[in-house]
Amino acid sequence: MLQIIDLKAEINGKEILKGINLEIKPGEVHAIMGPNGSGKSTLASVLAGRDIFNVTGGKVIFKGKNLLDLLPEERSREGIFLAFQYPVEIPGVSITNFMRAALDQHRIHRGLKPMSAMEFLKYMKEKKALVEMDAKLEGRAVNEGFSGGEKKKNEVFQMAMLEPDLAILDETDSGLDIDALKVVANGVNKLKTKDNASIVITHYQRLLDFIVPDFIHILYDGRIVKTGGKELALELEKSGYDEIKLEADRLIKN
Amino acid sequence: MGKDDKIIKEIQEKKYEAGFTTDIEMDVFPIGLNEDVIRAISKKKEEPEFMLEFRLKAFEYWKTQKEPEWALLNYEKPNFQDISYFASPKNTPKYNSLDEVDPEIIDTFNKLGIPLNEQKALSGVAVDVVMDSVSVHTTFQKTLGDLGIIFCSISEAIREHPDLIKKYLATVVPSRDNFYSALNSAVFTDGSFAYIPKGVRCPMELSTYFRINQANTGQFERTLVIADEGSYVSYLEGCTAPQRDENQLHAAVVELIAMKNAEIKYSTVQNWYPGNKEGLGGIYNFVTKRGICKGDNSKISWTQVETGSAVTWKYPSTILKGNHSSSEFYSVAVTNNHQQADTGTKMVHVGRNTKSTIISKGISLGKSNNTYRGLVDIKKSASNARNYSQCDSLLIGSECGAHTFPYIDVDNSTAIVEHEATTSKIAEDQIFYCNQRGLDTENAVSLIVNGFAKEVLSKLPMEFATEAKKLLSLTLEGSVG
Repeated sequence: MLQIIDLKAEINGKEILKGINLEIKPGEVHAIMGPNGSGKSTLASVLAGRDIFNVTGGKVIFKGKNLLDLLPEERSREGIFLAFQYPVEIPGVSITNFMRAALDQHRIHRGLKPMSAMEFLKYMKEKKALVEMDAKLEGRAVNEGFSGGEKKKNEVFQMAMLEPDLAILDETDSGLDIDALKVVANGVNKLKTKDNASIVITHYQRLLDFIVPDFIHILYDGRIVKTGGKELALELEKSGYDEIKLEADRLIKN
Repeated sequence: MGKDDKIIKEIQEKKYEAGFTTDIEMDVFPIGLNEDVIRAISKKKEEPEFMLEFRLKAFEYWKTQKEPEWALLNYEKPNFQDISYFASPKNTPKYNSLDEVDPEIIDTFNKLGIPLNEQKALSGVAVDVVMDSVSVHTTFQKTLGDLGIIFCSISEAIREHPDLIKKYLATVVPSRDNFYSALNSAVFTDGSFAYIPKGVRCPMELSTYFRINQANTGQFERTLVIADEGSYVSYLEGCTAPQRDENQLHAAVVELIAMKNAEIKYSTVQNWYPGNKEGLGGIYNFVTKRGICKGDNSKISWTQVETGSAVTWKYPSTILKGNHSSSEFYSVAVTNNHQQADTGTKMVHVGRNTKSTIISKGISLGKSNNTYRGLVDIKKSASNARNYSQCDSLLIGSECGAHTFPYIDVDNSTAIVEHEATTSKIAEDQIFYCNQRGLDTENAVSLIVNGFAKEVLSKLPMEFATEAKKLLSLTLEGSVG
């Protein structure tokens, strides 16, 4: 589904991604872990097409298309969803209207007719139940005055609405208490099918108790320095990132 | 940011959609202004003697006045001797049905999407269309007439209801109120008149569409709405104008009078030609709009969506004279390219327990300047008066400006006055957030702007709200249609 080949990116002349290689197949969950500043969120942003980052090298193939040629909205319609680490507020725009506008675009892209108001409300109700979103939230403006937990739940709700092929969860666990974390993780798990995939970016092992990955990649200094199964997270939990850092630094020197 | 800049630029370069002119024979007075022209206007309108006197007095006063300069506006002053003060489609008979109206006129309205047709009539809107200076068609006269409601052109009202005119005209906006009200009083050629009798709830929205059609023709509309005791009326005013290179002056006067327990809702959607992207052409909109809550418990609400005009100078105001009277002002003003708007409201509290609310949303794009200027004036007699004002500005791009000048005069210590103001920009991360959900930037900007203006748009009558949203999107979007 997704192939990242030697991807390099910079911001303001500073290189952040220094050659990322990663392959993701349908049905897989990949976790990306790493210390602060290793480039985790940059990778998420570059995949979603945020133009404050310059891609300086490499290729990304998504469902056979050259992803880097597409505009952010085209990537979204093709099936890439980014659950933001810090979802922004859009005052005055209700979640219902926002999602309806977004879903219309996705449907048009897929050659489908936009849903009628009735169909849409029914669809939204189903998805809301699936991710256990509060009934109150849909009438409110997008993220306006939401608590940290509500914002993250809203991200998962939007993900349910748009049914992406590839979901990228950027530190979705940050700022969540354990109950909110469970709700969010539950939602993500329910949305998992054999045809879609996700990239779970996290700093802590905690989230991976609830969303069990097939692979874990350790990102350090703009490169994936180690890949393993879910046991890698436990290893990290014990020894921290220091050992990996040392090992990676040694490798880079040689 | 590069892409956003491009889209913002496209939006700025969007052409005025209603830019076409209608080829209808016009009956135009020679240009220039003097006593003879005023006499001719009055004669042409078959006015009673007192109106001519009223006009001439106003003209005498106007000649002693200078154009005001205090607004934050920069424009070439109109040459008042270079304007024709009367234009009407030639040979204007009284039409009995739409079929008799010049198809060209109907075509113009259709191009604008003005629903002057039976569907509209069936949906319950009586339309008094003003094309240049003469009312062309009035619907629903009879239904309204059965309720005792008078809704007609002001010229007709002057002829048919001189007592009401004598009693109320220029009582809210005196001829001597300001430079433009004096000019308007001297030369106004048409406009609308509505009178709602005691205890009557007007069953439909009264609606007027203005359209400036003749090059070099000043438009001096006069509107007078009177809601007698315990009555209710919702009045809609909407306008677009064809593209012109010369600046066109529009100096209307609107007066609203709400008696005891009466309510007037006055809604405006204004989309006059704003000039091209270099700022050439476009309408000068210098309007005096004022209402008086004359009786106890009366209410006046102003709702306006302003997207047009090169220069706007406009402050719909309310004098809260009756005890427990209230007034609201909801405004969205969008300026683009070189447009300038100096707009806001005045709330003058005279009666006890009077209440006013001001919600103003300014949106600036391109090189435009958007100014909110408001006055909350609590007089000594206005015990327990209450005002809440909120002025929000949204900037799109980096070359536009937003300014806020709130004046507050409080002469009674029991008053409570609140003022809140914010200025924001559409943030790059908001646009990216929308992009990531599949919305293109143009869509995103439109959505964000509509969200910003929602509080005001929701105050418009249903059908007008749809029109206003469409207008906002048209003003913002790069694509045509």
